[in-house]
Amino acid sequence: MKAIPSQRLLEISNLHKWFGETEVLKGVSFNVDRSEVICIIGKSGSGKSTLLRCINGLEIFQSGEILVKDKPVRCNDAVVLRALRQNVGMVFQSFNLFPTMTAGKNIMLAPKLVKHKTAFECHEIAKKLLKRVGLEDKFDSFPNELSGGQQQRVAIARALAMNPEIILCDEITSALDPELVGEVLRVIEDLVKDGVTLILVTHEMHFAKKVSDRVIFMHNGKVHEMGAPNEIFLSPQTQELKSFLSMTESIR
Amino acid sequence: MGEFSNWDVLRNLLLSVPWTLFLSAIAFVGGTAIGLLLLILRIWKPATVGLVISWYVQLFQGTPLLMQLFLTYFGLGLIGIQTTPLMAATLCLSLYSSAYLTETWHGCVVSIPRGQWDASASLALSLNEQLRYVIFPQALRLSIPPTVGLVVQIIKNTSLTSIIGFIELTRTGQIITNITLAPFFVYGLVALIYFAICFSCSTFGRALERKFSFQQ
Repeated sequence: MKAIPSQRLLEISNLHKWFGETEVLKGVSFNVDRSEVICIIGKSGSGKSTLLRCINGLEIFQSGEILVKDKPVRCNDAVVLRALRQNVGMVFQSFNLFPTMTAGKNIMLAPKLVKHKTAFECHEIAKKLLKRVGLEDKFDSFPNELSGGQQQRVAIARALAMNPEIILCDEITSALDPELVGEVLRVIEDLVKDGVTLILVTHEMHFAKKVSDRVIFMHNGKVHEMGAPNEIFLSPQTQELKSFLSMTESIR
Repeated sequence: MGEFSNWDVLRNLLLSVPWTLFLSAIAFVGGTAIGLLLLILRIWKPATVGLVISWYVQLFQGTPLLMQLFLTYFGLGLIGIQTTPLMAATLCLSLYSSAYLTETWHGCVVSIPRGQWDASASLALSLNEQLRYVIFPQALRLSIPPTVGLVVQIIKNTSLTSIIGFIELTRTGQIITNITLAPFFVYGLVALIYFAICFSCSTFGRALERKFSFQQ
């Protein structure tokens, strides 16, 4: 399908992270190519979210290496982080829209400050992105006037506004009422179609099966199993993955 | 001293109100300037800076303003630095207010949800930009009610400057009482005037709060 040779966007090698005495990431390694969609699954406390937060420097890590477009992530270097975060967008479980700003202003803020675009350009970007997530009429709405699903779609548009190479999604549907999950996942599906590189931590197994190129099962701070969705969901190799999958089945 | 009518009492008390307001303004403006500076230093935080500031706050919160005024005015005089009551009052009231204001505002900044920092950081904003565009606007809204409360405290605390010779509202009341020998009437009026000033502040604060309110 992909005529152009795949390009490596992200390389994680032997990543270790401690919270105080507790080791939460115990040597994580994997790579992500351009336009790949990776879903990370696993029990809570397995290190999924921490791993995601390390990739854009929201968490420091003690050893190992993360390369984004061949450039190392260095958590204590503001200049490096500013460059990195223009390449790596993030969407959060609790939306985290800025409550003092309208949806439009939420999206315009970073392009204005970081990319130094003019007010007019920012306005156009925001309008275009709101349209892309199906909220073109909500430009002037404040976050508290929007439903959870709408807020999360604005948050996705806000991340897209920086035109990042990779978007990290940290359980972005977990805080939503069940009837609102679909609208957010549809936006993500559109991004997949557009070839956006995505790394999603998710509990939506059906969705993971449907959209991902590769699924990573994290267990106890390690990549326990990794493979195509069919391999992971239909023929899990390890006992831990089997029991995790049967657990999530029984919840449904 | 029969020629001191009720009207004279009220007139003299009201004439001293500008001093009370002036001292309050000094305390608030000076306290805000120093308090903001300390707040920013504390957020910028090398840990030692934070420690020094928390000791500063402890020092000014843990000692009576009356002693601070006394020690500053007479103490500086003792070691040969000439001070005027206005200088000493400006210094003390500003430092004293700044300790309370910076502590309160720091609390407001800290109570902004972690997610707001994460989201603004993940959009590549610098610390300055995070503070200016995301954190402070929210903290400002949160800070209005406690700040109004502190302002009311400051207004009442300016009465303590009488110890270094300021003839503001309370001191004027004392002097008039010495003449009229009618403390209940005079101090009653003094209390009413303080109440009127503080009540207007609180009302203004509530209006400000409504204007800036947003639900989360």
